[in-house]
Amino acid sequence: MRWGRIRAIAVKETIQIRRDTRSLIIALFMPFMQMILLGYGVSLDIKHLPVCVYDREGSQNSQALLKHFQASEYFSIIAVLKNYREAKAALDSDRCRIVIAIPHDFSQKLSDSGGSTVQVLADASDDNTANIAIGYAQSVVDGFAGNLAVAAQGFGGSPAMQNQGVDLEERVWYNEDLDSRNYIIPGVVALIMALVGALLTSLTISREWERGTMELLISTPVQPSEVMLGKLLPYFAIGMLDAVFCLVFSVFWFHVPFRGSLFALFFTTSLFLVVVLGVGFLISAAIKSQVGASQIAVLVTLLPTSLLSGYAFPIDQMPPLVQGVTYVVFARYYVTILKSLFLKGSGLEDLARPVLAMGIYALVVAFLAGRAFKKRLD
Amino acid sequence: MTEVAPKEPAIEVENLVKRFGDFTAVDHVSFQVERGSIIGFLGPNGAGKSTIIRMLCGLLTPSEGRAIVSGIDVAKDPETVREHIGYMSQKFSLYGDLTVMENLRFFGGIYRVPRTILPERIRFAVTMAGLEGREDSLVSTLAGGWKQRLALGCAILHRPPILFLDEPTSGVDPESRRRFWDLIHSLSEDGVTIVVSTHYMDEAEYCNTIALINRGRLLALESPTTLKKRDLGGDLLSVECPDIGKAISLLEGQPGILDIAAFGNAVHLLVDPAKVSCHDLEGRLTTAGIPVERIGSIEPSIDDIFVRMVGENSPQGGAG
Repeated sequence: MRWGRIRAIAVKETIQIRRDTRSLIIALFMPFMQMILLGYGVSLDIKHLPVCVYDREGSQNSQALLKHFQASEYFSIIAVLKNYREAKAALDSDRCRIVIAIPHDFSQKLSDSGGSTVQVLADASDDNTANIAIGYAQSVVDGFAGNLAVAAQGFGGSPAMQNQGVDLEERVWYNEDLDSRNYIIPGVVALIMALVGALLTSLTISREWERGTMELLISTPVQPSEVMLGKLLPYFAIGMLDAVFCLVFSVFWFHVPFRGSLFALFFTTSLFLVVVLGVGFLISAAIKSQVGASQIAVLVTLLPTSLLSGYAFPIDQMPPLVQGVTYVVFARYYVTILKSLFLKGSGLEDLARPVLAMGIYALVVAFLAGRAFKKRLD
Repeated sequence: MTEVAPKEPAIEVENLVKRFGDFTAVDHVSFQVERGSIIGFLGPNGAGKSTIIRMLCGLLTPSEGRAIVSGIDVAKDPETVREHIGYMSQKFSLYGDLTVMENLRFFGGIYRVPRTILPERIRFAVTMAGLEGREDSLVSTLAGGWKQRLALGCAILHRPPILFLDEPTSGVDPESRRRFWDLIHSLSEDGVTIVVSTHYMDEAEYCNTIALINRGRLLALESPTTLKKRDLGGDLLSVECPDIGKAISLLEGQPGILDIAAFGNAVHLLVDPAKVSCHDLEGRLTTAGIPVERIGSIEPSIDDIFVRMVGENSPQGGAG
C-alpha cells in the first residue's frame, strides 16, 4: 500500500465532494434536518392528554384526587361527566382518550382498608398512548396515595403505602425529568451517522462506474485497498465533523445531558463510522448505479437503525426472535453505547461488550471493503 | 522500471481468445509488436479491437491464449504490466468535475511520479495538449480535441514504454485528429510503442503496421504500403452516378464483376479486365437509364482492401 496513491485519491475525492451539491447536502444539511425533525417530531411523551372525569362520590377526597390529575402536566380535564353513557360517548367521539371514574365508596374504602380503586377507561385503539396514559394515571394516583400516606404518617399510617414512594424513585434514574427526548436524541445521533455515512459512500464507486472514470482508474497500478482508504478518508472526516455537530446540538440545543467521556464518544464513533462507511462502500462496489446504491444504502441503514437498534423502541420489549435479530444490527451497539455515554456517564470499561462487538464488526467490514471491487471489467 | 531487452518485442500475443457467453469477441488472434513502432487496429465497430486492447491492459481476462506485454504475462501479473503502460479508454474517462491541473496531479499521484519531477512532467503535458492558460478550467468544459490531448497527457505522465489508445480520435474534428497523430508520432520517435485502434481507415497511413480486424479475427497484419499493394485479383474501377443503389443491383453478380461496394457517392467495382472495360460498363449503365458522371480505374485504398478482405472472410463466402 502506498501513501502517495491514497493521498491522491483522498484529495481528488475531497474536491469532488466540494463540487457536488448532492454530497454537500447529505453531508452538511441532512444531520441538521434530522436533528430538528426527530428531536422535535418524535416524542414518546404524553402531555396534557384530554381526560374526562366521572366522580360518583363527590367528596373532599375524590376532589383532591382529581386536583392531582389537573395539576399533573400529563393530563388536562376537559369535562365532568354525569354517567357511564356519557363516558362511552366521550371516548367514542374522540373527545378524550381516557375517562377517570371514581367509585361512590372511594372515601369509605380508603379509611376502612387504607386502599381504594379508581377506574380508568382508556381508548386503546392507540394502545401505545393508552398504555402510557394508564402508566401516568397510576403514577398520579400513587402520588396521591403517597401524600395520603405522608399525611397519615403523623397518625401512625400503614407501612405498605410508604413502599409506593420507593417504587416511584426507581423509575427516574438516568433521566430524571422523564423526558423522552433525552432518551431519543442519543439514538438520533446514531441514526444520522449511519444514514449520512452509508449514503455518502454508497455513491463513491458507483459514480466512477457511471461516469466511465473507473475504466481508466483500474488500468493504473492502484490497489483496491488504496482506493478504499483514499475514498473513505474524506468521508471519515465528514462523519467526525457531523458527530461533533450532533453532540453540540444535543447538549446545547436540546439540553440532553452528556455525562460520559469525550474520548469514549469519539473512539466508539470512529468504530461506528468505519462500519457504516465500509458498508456504504461495499454497496457501492456491488451496485454500479448511483441511484440503486443509494436506495440500498438507505434500506440497510435507516430501517434497521430506526426499528431494531433500540433507538426509540426498547429491545427488551420485542419478541424473542426479533431480539435475536437485533444482534446483527450494528447500530444496536452504538445506540447502547451512546445512551450510556449521554445519560449514565459510563466509561469505556463499562461498555466493553458493545465496544468489542463494534470492533469486530469494523474489522470484518474493513476487510471486506478492502477487497470489494475487482480491477476487472469482466 | 525494468528495461526490456532491445530485441524482445514490446507485445507478443498468441492465440488470444475472448468469449462473452456464446459470443466470441476475439477469435485466436496472434501478433507481435516491435518496440517503438505504431500498430493500428482497424475494423468496424464491434470487430473486437477494444476487447483485445482491454485484455492487453489486464482489464479483461482472456478465455484462451497468452498475452505478453513488456515481457510480462498479463494474466499472471497485471499489476506489473500496469506500471509499464498508459491507457486511453474509448470513452473519455478523466474527471470532468476536476480541473486540468487537478486531473494531472491526480494521475501523477496514482502513477507515483516523484514529486521533484512531477511539475516538469505536468508542464510538458499541458504544453503538448495546448492547454496553456486553461490549467484551471474544469475538464467538462473543454472541447473534444483538448480533452483527448489531455487524456493522452495523463496517460504518459509516468513515461510508459507502451501506450494503448482505444479510438482516441473518435468524435474529434479533423484538425484535432491530425494534431493528435503528430503527437503519437513524436512519442513513437522517442521509442514509445503505441497500440492504437480506429475506425477511420485514412488513419491507417500513419501506422507502421496495420492489423485488420473483423468479427474478432485478424485478417491482415502488414505495413500500409504492403497492404495497398495486395493483389485484389482484378482491376478496381470507380463509377460516379446519381442512383448508386440501382447501379449496384444492375451490375451485381454479372459476368466479370468480382466485387461491388458503395463508397460515399461512388460505386467501386472489382472487375476482370479481360471481360469488362470502362467503355462497356458505361454503355450498360446508360442503357439502363443511369447517367454516368465519371468512370475510371483507381488505385485501391485501405478501405477497398478491407472491404475485399472482409468479403472473402465472411461466412457467406463473399461476392464474386
